Amino acid sequence: MLSSPTVRISLIFTAIALVGLVFADIAITAANPWKDLGRFFLGVITPDFFSTEGLATALLRTVAFAFVGVALGSVCGFLLALVYRAYPVRIFCAFIRAIHELFWALIFLQFFGFHPLTGVLAIAIPYSGIFAKVYSEILEEADPEPGRLLPPGTGVISAFLFARVPDCWVQLRTYTAYRLECGLRSSAILGFVGLPTLGFYLESAFSQGHYSDAGAMLILFYVLIATLPLWVKPKLLPVYILGAPFFLGEGMPIVWGNVTRFFTQDIVPSPLKNEEGWAGMGAWLGELFVDQALPGIWNTVILTQIALVATGIIALLSFPLISTHFGGPARRTGGHVFLVILRSTPEYILAYILLQLWGPSMLPAVVALALHNGGIIGHLIGRQSSSIGLRPDAPTGLNRYTYELVPRIYRSFLAFLFYRWEIIMRETAILGILGIYTLGFYVDSAIQNIQFDKAMVLILITASLNIGVDILGRVIRRKLALQTMPTC
Amino acid sequence: MAGFNVSGLTASFDGERVIGPLSLHVREGERVALVGRSGAGKSTLIGLLHQQVNRFSSLIPQNLGLVNALPVFHNVYMGRLDANATWYNILTLVRPFVKDTNEVKALLVELAISEKLWIPTASLSGGQRQRVAVARALYQNSDMLLADEPVSALDGPAAHQVMKLLNQRFLTSVIALHDVELALAYCTRIVGIQDGQIALDEPSEKLTPADIMPLY
Repeated sequence: MLSSPTVRISLIFTAIALVGLVFADIAITAANPWKDLGRFFLGVITPDFFSTEGLATALLRTVAFAFVGVALGSVCGFLLALVYRAYPVRIFCAFIRAIHELFWALIFLQFFGFHPLTGVLAIAIPYSGIFAKVYSEILEEADPEPGRLLPPGTGVISAFLFARVPDCWVQLRTYTAYRLECGLRSSAILGFVGLPTLGFYLESAFSQGHYSDAGAMLILFYVLIATLPLWVKPKLLPVYILGAPFFLGEGMPIVWGNVTRFFTQDIVPSPLKNEEGWAGMGAWLGELFVDQALPGIWNTVILTQIALVATGIIALLSFPLISTHFGGPARRTGGHVFLVILRSTPEYILAYILLQLWGPSMLPAVVALALHNGGIIGHLIGRQSSSIGLRPDAPTGLNRYTYELVPRIYRSFLAFLFYRWEIIMRETAILGILGIYTLGFYVDSAIQNIQFDKAMVLILITASLNIGVDILGRVIRRKLALQTMPTC
Repeated sequence: MAGFNVSGLTASFDGERVIGPLSLHVREGERVALVGRSGAGKSTLIGLLHQQVNRFSSLIPQNLGLVNALPVFHNVYMGRLDANATWYNILTLVRPFVKDTNEVKALLVELAISEKLWIPTASLSGGQRQRVAVARALYQNSDMLLADEPVSALDGPAAHQVMKLLNQRFLTSVIALHDVELALAYCTRIVGIQDGQIALDEPSEKLTPADIMPLY
């Protein structure tokens, strides 16, 4: 067993996570965590759909921001995919997708204020980077033969539209539809920084202890996502995309003076602004690095590694819930509902809820990340395990799980897990905004203290860390010859 | 140009020479059949020839190179993508023009698959797909045909019909054929390939099936 590279890499990562646990701040600090949790669940089962008038508007805004942001992102991403071969384009895309939607929102808030453009760009920019990468991968996989057979002298555009796009069309469409689902989640959490989407109302309902309102919002959000295939039809898509910009809300007008000030003054490092020269710059950077960046990186990495292993455990435990090799249809339906809920709840919202209930520590973040990501991977490998044909006299129960199924799905399980490594890290950093000492915490504090220069440097550091983990994850997947399709 | 003269053709796969060096001179009006055991290098040779004379030839590769998601019409239309402006091609993708539809349809009638005009090629049978690739090559309207087993998935009468059509429409052709009878019936010159070299090169009327058999 130990000689298998996949087992060895799993053990190494588990060991790293265990060491991380020693240094991590894991605790329940709330006075009455279980009572609060109970009240929250009571709220979910007694939802109140009519208390706030804002609920319908919040849902409408959430959908509108998602549509406009994802549509813009997919168009830009498609154009970028056409020139994705160029190295600078690749780096540019890796960079813009390494910065989380909420960070983009925080940046735009500083100069566009609460204008709808802030929310739209916060989704569209990172999504462009992701679309560019995935679209180019899909286009690359298309059969090159039809293109070679075209009569010489065929125009580039004609050749592309006839010989390349049609065979990828279904895949492009499926991926874009899937991204729309991710866009709804991104749109919802933008409310946490003050945009008029679901997160905004969820936060206010929670802070006032209106758990039934919060429950209603969550339930409507699940219904919205679960019924996506029913109301997003190809024929209706143009209507949605053309209509969505009119439902983004008024927001506040853009003050262009703020935009100029942001770029010419706010983000200029203070030593340069105060003409302290490069020596001052060095000291400023050094201090920023030691006091904020290093502790932020340390906590982000620890939390990421623990959450990664916890995600794996949740995925392995949860996939039998939907596998056809276990249980009857009734139990599987229950499993599907459970995993859909895990998948549809953005980790940011889960972490926010758990943090309210358990008090500040790394624990809510780990549990939130593990539940959300574990739910996604559990769903994917559960579906895959159902396609495995077992011999008629195969063992049952735990033996079936350990001998027949886990060995067969383990490679793709690892592939998904390492694919999500970078995503988990990006989320971990952002959870800092909720008060866990990861990089997002330091970014958020710098912004609160109106030190945008520091915030920008910290965001750049976060982005580089994400890019680094993305590369490492890809190296490991290549070493182990693991292949996967993208998930968000 | 309706003939070609190439020399020093070579191809290697994984560092191992699979073709040549070989030379081939095909005159205008000649119909050359490439025969030989599978793996002898016929497909590779067709591919090499296509690289050399691309501008003047229509190619039917063994895997056909159809765009599976597009209907038969568009796959055939692709043979002449260079003849029309980009905006015209884009419009055709959305809604084909009647003139082109009629022209393609007439071709498909000759190939006996006109009823499949708007069916995506993904849902066609092997023989039908092969006829779509033939239609595309015909639609391209060039003088020379390079084809790799263009009738391998067709039954007897259909194979003869397609071979006859190809002979009518192309002035010059180089066709890889494993069916010796067809090669002798429809080609004027037989070139036998063995281990990447030309092992036989004779006019068809001088040969009988028995002369070709040693190559297999």
